[in-house]
Amino acid sequence: MAETQVPDNLLYTEEHEYVSRVSDDEVLVGITDYAQSELSDVVFVELPAVGSSFTKMETFGTIEAVKAVSDLYTPVAGEVVAVNDALQNDPALVNREPYGEGWMIRLRLNDPSELDELLGADAYKALISES
Amino acid sequence: MAENLNRTPLHAEHVKLGAKMIPFAGFEMPVQYATGISSEHRWVREHAGLFDVSHMGEFKVAGDGALEFVNHVVANDVSRLEPGRAQYTVMCQEDGGIIDDFLVYRFPDRYRLVVNAANIGKDFKWIQHCLAEWGQAGIELVDESDAVGLLALQGPESEAILEPLTDLDVSAIKYYRFAEGRVAGVACVVSRTGYTGEDGFELYCTAAAAAKLWQALMQAGAERIKPIVLGARDTLRLEVGLALYGNDIDEDTTPLEAGLGWTVKLDKGDFIGQAALLKQKEEGVGRKLCGFVLKQRGFPRPGHEIRCQGKPAGVVRSGTVGPSVGQGIGTGYLPTEWTSPGTEIEIVIRDRAVPAEVVRMPFYKGGSVRR
Repeated sequence: MAETQVPDNLLYTEEHEYVSRVSDDEVLVGITDYAQSELSDVVFVELPAVGSSFTKMETFGTIEAVKAVSDLYTPVAGEVVAVNDALQNDPALVNREPYGEGWMIRLRLNDPSELDELLGADAYKALISES
Repeated sequence: MAENLNRTPLHAEHVKLGAKMIPFAGFEMPVQYATGISSEHRWVREHAGLFDVSHMGEFKVAGDGALEFVNHVVANDVSRLEPGRAQYTVMCQEDGGIIDDFLVYRFPDRYRLVVNAANIGKDFKWIQHCLAEWGQAGIELVDESDAVGLLALQGPESEAILEPLTDLDVSAIKYYRFAEGRVAGVACVVSRTGYTGEDGFELYCTAAAAAKLWQALMQAGAERIKPIVLGARDTLRLEVGLALYGNDIDEDTTPLEAGLGWTVKLDKGDFIGQAALLKQKEEGVGRKLCGFVLKQRGFPRPGHEIRCQGKPAGVVRSGTVGPSVGQGIGTGYLPTEWTSPGTEIEIVIRDRAVPAEVVRMPFYKGGSVRR
């Protein structure tokens, strides 16, 4: 299996979501390469409606893979300003490009300082190397 | 990885191929190679896949009276089996519950039973117990599981890949028949059987030669063949409605309930479970194993509740989204009155009742298997 990718410029949760900053107050959220590899073939992704708001670590959707179903959690509090509609027709994008075209939601942050509580790449690498 | 797991003779090959290894039936087995289950699945339907199924168990039964003894232990009629042929059967308890389902091969001088990996210990003890009760000296029962390697070559291109590697006329080996010969120099039993709904072969060899055979088949198949693992084996078999022991059938289910009545020959003479199965046949079964398809998006999984007219009526025994059928499919036992094709049911998936319909299996009918 190809080596698990943990890009240095992203932030991570212990639940295997990643956060990619796109502006001062907006981020893209998806699941990590490690998570997609563990789940294997993603069959469906259920995403929330644009405009819905979530607190930190709230369930914002679910991901169904051949091996298991998992909840998706918001890494930080915010309002959903966009969802990745491409995943409806091609959920395997999550497997192929977890950090690219496989992103899930775009969140407008309530409090950008919450990002400081997320894991950096080194901490996340340490987390997945233990499991 | 947990300790004390058995490894098949091909363990090193799987690791080399980048497989994700998981504990399965007491073995450390590959669950998925880097390409993913759905693409492996589709590859087998279109081309050819090679599976390491060396974890399966093989028992030899030989000696005077071996036929009568095997016929006493299993529900199908082994006396109808000519040398060079294989037969699918179930082995039942006295109450008709299924101990295991397996193939019986008839060789000129012996029988081979090929049992599920998770049941090797249980089955062997049971058959030993039956043999003691049977009381006939001279019948030899041997567990050859550790000494035998087993590869399954499955998919429409299987014959073309195998043919140049052997002197056997593989096109002459019809469905559920076998021949003995060399494949890539390795002594093999070449059986036209499988668990995918596709044409293909199961190749038995010594455990020591399994890696050599694997490499020869991979090399000969070149761009037409891919190694396939357990995950895709399960979706392939479910799409064509083949039962999986532990999911669809177990000791609490009978072959008549499971739609395997065709493997039960009630008039063949005495066998274990006969009285219970005869009674059940006369009285009629109260439940039957059914296939269903979801009418909306959803992923049915074992344990999900099945509802008929809003009331709990059973649980999902096998379930997946079939890569070749593109929808949620599964099996479950339902009260007989709810088992006609077209019956509307619901599968409760994460608190959501998803509409589904009872259908006749198989779910996928386009397979290349030549019956």
